[in-house]
Amino acid sequence: MKDFNYIQPDSLSQAGKYLSNRNNDAVILSGGTDLLSLIKENIYTNENVVNLKTIPNLNNIKYKKGEGLTIGALTKISDVAESKIIKEKFTVLAEAAKEIASLQLRNMGTVGGNICQRPRCWYYREDFDCIKKGGGECFAYQGENKYHCIIGGGPCYIVHPSDLAVALTALDAKVKLFFDDSSRIIPIHEFFILPEDDYLFENILRDGEIVTEIIIPDLPDGAKSSYIKIKERETWDFAVVSAAAVISKKGSNIKSGKIAYGGVAPIPWTEEIINKSLKNLNADKNEIEKISKIILADAEPLEKNKYKVILAKNLVKRILTNLVLDA
Amino acid sequence: MKIKFTLNKKKVTAEVESTERLIDLLRNKFQLMGTKEGCSIGECGACTILMDGKAVNSCLVLAEQIEGAEIITIEGIADGEQLHPIQENFIKAGAIQCGFCTPGMVVSSYELLNENPEPNEEEIKEAIAGNLCRCTGYKQIIDAVKISAEQLRDSK
Ligand SMILES: Cc1cc2nc3c(=O)[nH]c(=O)nc-3n(C[C@H](O)[C@H](O)[C@H](O)COP(=O)(O)OP(=O)(O)OC[C@H]3O[C@@H](n4cnc5c(N)ncnc54)[C@H](O)[C@@H]3O)c2cc1C
Ligand code: SF4
Ligand code: FES
Ligand code: FES
Repeated sequence: MKDFNYIQPDSLSQAGKYLSNRNNDAVILSGGTDLLSLIKENIYTNENVVNLKTIPNLNNIKYKKGEGLTIGALTKISDVAESKIIKEKFTVLAEAAKEIASLQLRNMGTVGGNICQRPRCWYYREDFDCIKKGGGECFAYQGENKYHCIIGGGPCYIVHPSDLAVALTALDAKVKLFFDDSSRIIPIHEFFILPEDDYLFENILRDGEIVTEIIIPDLPDGAKSSYIKIKERETWDFAVVSAAAVISKKGSNIKSGKIAYGGVAPIPWTEEIINKSLKNLNADKNEIEKISKIILADAEPLEKNKYKVILAKNLVKRILTNLVLDA
Repeated sequence: MKIKFTLNKKKVTAEVESTERLIDLLRNKFQLMGTKEGCSIGECGACTILMDGKAVNSCLVLAEQIEGAEIITIEGIADGEQLHPIQENFIKAGAIQCGFCTPGMVVSSYELLNENPEPNEEEIKEAIAGNLCRCTGYKQIIDAVKISAEQLRDSK
């Protein structure tokens, strides 16, 4: 491991001041479950590592009826998975959290770190000087691309690895960011960016900007949600494909709904045309079948991942059937 | 940098480097060799210890991150020479072959049974999903945890 200095700020403003100074060549450490591997593999070689864990008040879950849920960025993934209010009201998020990695990693990994984690593309993790690392070529494009994206790719073809990000997208979450000494709040769909806009990073964070909080608007009473993840193995694994759905019903009709997919694109993916078609839908078997036919209509799979299109369609059928028909 | 923490119920201090990991500290400075290093990247669970009562991978924690924390290793789960019931049941159930995964398995099982004295098979599988065993095929391990759960409940 390359040598670095370990910095422990006492407050957010101290961290913000330190991180916003470019001369400091610093990187953020939360749980460290991704960062330490990245440092070990020399993908990150910063001189200074800033531990956020010593900053108070960034690790709580708060709910207020009518307003919604806020989750501090340093909240552990295991706390999200076990939170009573999240399990009851924002089920999709608890289910996504529970699907992440292993118990040991959920106990250490944080919500902020989960949405900021770097991609799992093996060329990126190994010694390849690919486009994402500033090189000239995407080795996955014509290489081993079984787990890469089927939509939204180019010039880099990663899938975003975060399960929480997919659930948060279906929940229309917002992300609170802190830089220097001020904060801004942005919708999660503006937080993640496609490689065509920036192939070096997966989100709009400025160098040294800190994610401090996730804000989730309240759901109407009776809203239902769910997360389904397809993995290749029974133990821990990243999603091959996953789906998060949030549905509000009125009688037997869907009043409104939103579906997001993981494992298909470089960002958590959602399609306005599908979300619109869920509005006031009399959701019977036929209608669900029709919707599953039109999802990911613009997919352009790579040589080895055509199977993902079919998986995603079936997954959406399953999740809607579970939420709407089997209820 | 100097850090203070609790190790197997004793207050200790240690001088650590910024790049030193918890697993290095435990094995090299404290000679606690029960905690094993398999993959170094969070995939095998051989390095599992308890940090403030929660199972974590000590290969992915910096020594400096444990300032003030309570650390329990496999050595702290046994009571001196007296093995913990979970350890005894691992032996009895044939859940140990080469033994490399055992300390981590026992620590994960220990956290599970602390928080959930009556786990079902699904919950046991989930608790040890982060612990890789190349030898046993897991069945004996799951059995050992089941027996331990019953025994620990009866002894309460
Ligand atoms: C074996 C294994 C299996 C895994 N499986 C899954 C899985 O199935 N699903 C899944 O979603 N994830 C999975 N992960 C990823 C894991 O969930 C992440 O490593 C973890 O969530 C990162 O959180 P952390 O707090 O440890 O972040 P860190 O490792 O501390 O940081 C990760 C990155 O985010 C940056 N960062 C951290 N916090 C902030 C912040 N508040 N603001 C701005 N930047 C920040 C860091 O600089 C770093 O680049 C797996 C990881 C491993 C090792
Ligand atoms: S998909 Fe992205 S990260 Fe992977 S090799 Fe191509 S450019 Fe690099
Ligand atoms: S050595 Fe830590 S998880 Fe494998
Ligand atoms: S007994 Fe050998 S790895 Fe589990």
